[in-house]
Amino acid sequence: MKNTYVKFLISFLALASTPFILSLFHLNLLSEILILAIFALSLNVLVGFTGLVSLGHAAFFGVGAYTAALVAQHFSANLLATLGIAAFVSLLFAAIIGAFCMKVNGFYFLMLTLAFSQMIYSFIHQSTNLTGGSNGLSGIPKPEIGAFSFANPVLVFYLVLVIFMISYAVLRITVKSPYGQVLIGIRENETRVKSMGYNTSLYKYSAFIIAGVFGGVAGTLYTYFNGFIAPSDVYWTMSGTVLIMVLVGGSGTMLGPVLGSALIVILETIVSSYTSLWMLILGAVLIAFVVFFPKGMVGIGQSLYRRFTNKPSVVNEKKSRAA
Amino acid sequence: MDILGAQLVNGLSYGLLLFMITCGLSLIFGILGVLNLAHGSLYMFGAYIAYSLTATYTQSFWLALVVAPIIVALIALAVERILLRPTYHLGHLSQVLLTFGLAYVFHDLASSVWGSNVLSVAVPSSLAGTATIFGQAFPVYRLAVIFIGLIIAVLLWAIQEKTKWGAIIRAGLSDKEMIGGLGINIKLVFTVVFVIGGILAGLGGVVAAPVLGIYPSMEFETLILALVVLVIGGLGTIGGTLAASLLVGLVETFSRFLLPELSMFLVFGLMAVILVFKPNGLLGKQVAHS
Repeated sequence: MKNTYVKFLISFLALASTPFILSLFHLNLLSEILILAIFALSLNVLVGFTGLVSLGHAAFFGVGAYTAALVAQHFSANLLATLGIAAFVSLLFAAIIGAFCMKVNGFYFLMLTLAFSQMIYSFIHQSTNLTGGSNGLSGIPKPEIGAFSFANPVLVFYLVLVIFMISYAVLRITVKSPYGQVLIGIRENETRVKSMGYNTSLYKYSAFIIAGVFGGVAGTLYTYFNGFIAPSDVYWTMSGTVLIMVLVGGSGTMLGPVLGSALIVILETIVSSYTSLWMLILGAVLIAFVVFFPKGMVGIGQSLYRRFTNKPSVVNEKKSRAA
Repeated sequence: MDILGAQLVNGLSYGLLLFMITCGLSLIFGILGVLNLAHGSLYMFGAYIAYSLTATYTQSFWLALVVAPIIVALIALAVERILLRPTYHLGHLSQVLLTFGLAYVFHDLASSVWGSNVLSVAVPSSLAGTATIFGQAFPVYRLAVIFIGLIIAVLLWAIQEKTKWGAIIRAGLSDKEMIGGLGINIKLVFTVVFVIGGILAGLGGVVAAPVLGIYPSMEFETLILALVVLVIGGLGTIGGTLAASLLVGLVETFSRFLLPELSMFLVFGLMAVILVFKPNGLLGKQVAHS
């Protein structure tokens, strides 16, 4: 257990020192990775731990982002106000959408989440007066606490980093708790968990809400980071991208979504300087991972680690899951 | 009244287009258990190939109507043999993700071959003008789309209900392992069904090209509506898919006309309501692996 705290502290310090090393361009890239990592981690609660594959997670990202933007523009740019209200509105949406989505399973769950996210997308896209329609919202004031404003990218980075570390910790504690173990049980065999006396629909519902809230938080950070939000960030390709991040990184692990987000963001930056065929590359990466490395980057890491140390696999799995 | 009549024809023709596409999707999902998210891409290829055929190689729309679905069927064959067949052991969910990746790949392939401009295919001259029914003029091509759609519906119904192949498909929908045990080559059935789906999607693409135009991301728009139809109609019945596609076509067209802000919202709202209250669709049967 102590080991985990040490690792957590080291990675926090390492990330916190990056503004002194990296150029502004790379720092912004890192901010984006961390924001999307929160988003991917939130989806991972559903996909990786509970076994519910959602293709509509961008809905919560969009709800969080737009709520934060609207609150900042019309009421107050206070950090606590925008983040708090955005998280609360995401929670409301997740509670409503989740109530419907819990009624179905498997592919139908996938399609229903897709349907709801498209409903939210079309609402955002159409209501020009409120959300700016296809132009999106721009000129969103930067968040502030009292007189202190997160006016430059380095400050925004630290804000993102702190919220990322908190989200990671909260989600990790949740997943490791007895509650999280029940979720994993549902993923493995829902009927069995149900017959053991657990109210599985309540567990799934709450997992959906947790995922929605953290998705909303990620969206809020995205608004802080960009100062701009467009309907394309709510479109189902966004849900697809974040799902790809989770799967490529390694679903059902804590480190996987973070690695996946880093890989996809870095790859996109590199690829788009050479060619416009980014979706082709992304699709090919997804296909390659699904066919050859179904356990994602974390799985590749584990098998390499195993090869070099020749230890039995069970121990490794425990270790890397704890990381 | 005139406008409502015209919208009715538009809605019906749009619905029957959706029917052509969704039928393949529904068959593939029912038999293979794979929700083919690259199905919209097959439709898109149908439209783009029709454009190439009519714009460059031959001026004949009718030739395109025959050749494009065949080319799309070959693409579908390649997809099934190369990508899906070796991966059945990975499970259905992984395969859905494979087709999702494939949709991304196809999207960029199409835009690199055909560019990202909006293209159009001319309506064939024999179907160009308008026809007057009940004293009102309708575009002949829209009526032809309705006609083609209905023929396909009848044909599919006849194949599925009246032939031995249809019996195998119906049996496959309810119990795959059992028909494998009865000595039927289930892998061949998978391939055939996937190719039929490809033909239907390609055909849909060709027929849609003169009406809806050809543009990047057309496949995702249609795929999403096809998924809506699939959910509303349920699996396993041609009638259910037909009813659902007409319903979605009409709701989409009329709401776009009457309440343009809410059109997509209404369509997805309809799907959500039906999913919650009738998870097997309006007329769908309970399918083994749903």
